[in-house]
Amino acid sequence: MKKVPTIITGTVGEDSHSIGTRLLSRVLRDNGFKVVELGGLTPPEEFIHVAKETDADAILMSSLYGMAEIDLTGFKEACVEAGLQDVLLYLGGYLMVGRHDWNEAETRFKALGFDRVYPPEIDLDKAIEDLRSDLRARGRMQG
Amino acid sequence: MDERNLRLLIDFGSTFTKLVVVDLNKEEIVQRYQAPSTVDKDITVGLKQVLGQAQEGIGFKNLPKEDMVACSSAAGGLRMISVGLVPSLSCEAGVRAALGAGAKVVRSFSYELTLLDLAEIEEISPDIILLAGGTDGGNKKVILHNAERLVHASCKAPVVVAGNKDAQDEITSLFSSSGRMITFAQNVMPDIGTLNVDSCREVIRQIFISHITKAKGIDKAKELINEVIMPTPTAVMTAAKLLAGGVDGEEGLGELLVVDVGGATTDVHSIAKGYPTHSGVMSKGLPEPYEKRTVEADLGVRHNIDTLLEYAKMAGNLAEEMHEEIKSRFTSLSKLPENDLEFQMDHILAGVAVDIAGERHCGKIKMMAGPFGEVLIQDGKDLSEVKHIIGTGGPLVFAKEPAKILQKILYRNDSPHVLKPKEAQLYLDRMYSLYAMGLLAQTEPKKALRIMKKLLSPLS
Repeated sequence: MKKVPTIITGTVGEDSHSIGTRLLSRVLRDNGFKVVELGGLTPPEEFIHVAKETDADAILMSSLYGMAEIDLTGFKEACVEAGLQDVLLYLGGYLMVGRHDWNEAETRFKALGFDRVYPPEIDLDKAIEDLRSDLRARGRMQG
Repeated sequence: MDERNLRLLIDFGSTFTKLVVVDLNKEEIVQRYQAPSTVDKDITVGLKQVLGQAQEGIGFKNLPKEDMVACSSAAGGLRMISVGLVPSLSCEAGVRAALGAGAKVVRSFSYELTLLDLAEIEEISPDIILLAGGTDGGNKKVILHNAERLVHASCKAPVVVAGNKDAQDEITSLFSSSGRMITFAQNVMPDIGTLNVDSCREVIRQIFISHITKAKGIDKAKELINEVIMPTPTAVMTAAKLLAGGVDGEEGLGELLVVDVGGATTDVHSIAKGYPTHSGVMSKGLPEPYEKRTVEADLGVRHNIDTLLEYAKMAGNLAEEMHEEIKSRFTSLSKLPENDLEFQMDHILAGVAVDIAGERHCGKIKMMAGPFGEVLIQDGKDLSEVKHIIGTGGPLVFAKEPAKILQKILYRNDSPHVLKPKEAQLYLDRMYSLYAMGLLAQTEPKKALRIMKKLLSPLS
């Protein structure tokens, strides 16, 4: 039986801007993924609990209020402890405050353990393509 | 005096065997005695000596064994290593559980144990190995790998397993034919963001009583007394907890700190929640235990004179001549100050130890840029509102100006990010008997608390 990958989406921390992840969830479903949508104001631990419970393949989170670094420092380590070391971690949004170079944000969050980091505006089809290829590379998706 | 009201509370230390005699009826300490420790040869020699002193001094005849209990930090104390998964999570949780159980954590290992790690463990030869890793239902691979490695280690120390509960059956079968002692406790980190050290601490204490005291020759004391029931730091922690929280019908002091300066280590215990005291501060990291103990093995006032003097020099309050003078006088581990100059020297050493041990124990505030200005992040316990600080340990108890040493644990304007107590009443354990009240608390908590309240003298 072909396994449908399970993807968790949500906006992390005290951030209630959830329109982006709602759109993303819809596109993911349209593309045949099983989606667990956590919406806005989701604490980092909840992503971990839900991922464990649903045996998820990837966590796609957004943050638009500039506190991502505070919310997500140590997130990858917590995933390892929870047995989620192989779960893909994607992050997108306004990740840092003030004027900064996008590359800096990308470098910083990749160092925190995120597999892919996206700027606030992206083509969702491109993100879905990245996800498919990463899942295939990890043997979590066929075809 | 009615002999039936006497209780004898003993501490087998690394340098001295100490004895405190309590009169339960009068709720007071009758006297305290000490003799050089003889744990290297025969622990009962020093014990007989203090018991003899007490018998002579107080004049009791035959006390039943049941009325004499002890704690011990002799023969190196309880030396443990902690093996976990992620350094800041299960590994740290394991270290905190072991420290809370009164152990000295000699080394901690994270992720998968390598053969080199194993060689190091054998070199260390710990008394107990704590194996943690994975939340319940979480990562199982690493703890199983580490269990497998430990089964084949030539070091035969008892293993306490306090990790992912899903791995229990497999770990049991790994160890089943090894003849090694293995005990399960609840996971020290059952979930992300949860610290659970109580069950693990109790398991460690039981192994201490049943095995470690035997291995170290401490249980020979049972020829004369009832039992060695806990490591000394646990006794101090028990007393501190009782003093803070009180018992039914006798109120405690509330949140407090205990600073225990010793020859080999300086310990700090805080009995406090440590939540942020300012609005807008966010707490990060593993949750802090209400009863927290930190041990600074590089801040003993006899074992680590060099380190302490370096710190004193860095802070700019030590002349070069003094440095050499202190080193030349304090060469022996059991050296006690004999004249004013030596007391002054001990004062410097103890002051540095208290200052740095306090700074390491207390939480810190870090500033980060947020969208609406700066965001304050707290790492560790905020102890700035703690109102009571108790000093114990020889170098403090017998100091000429204990208040000046103990003050070093208070908040300093030049390091506003360190959450040390701002305004607190300082007390001295002048009879050096906090440990004894921890022992007494096992059977007579209310009396132990009342005696402590009388015993602790406020310092101005």
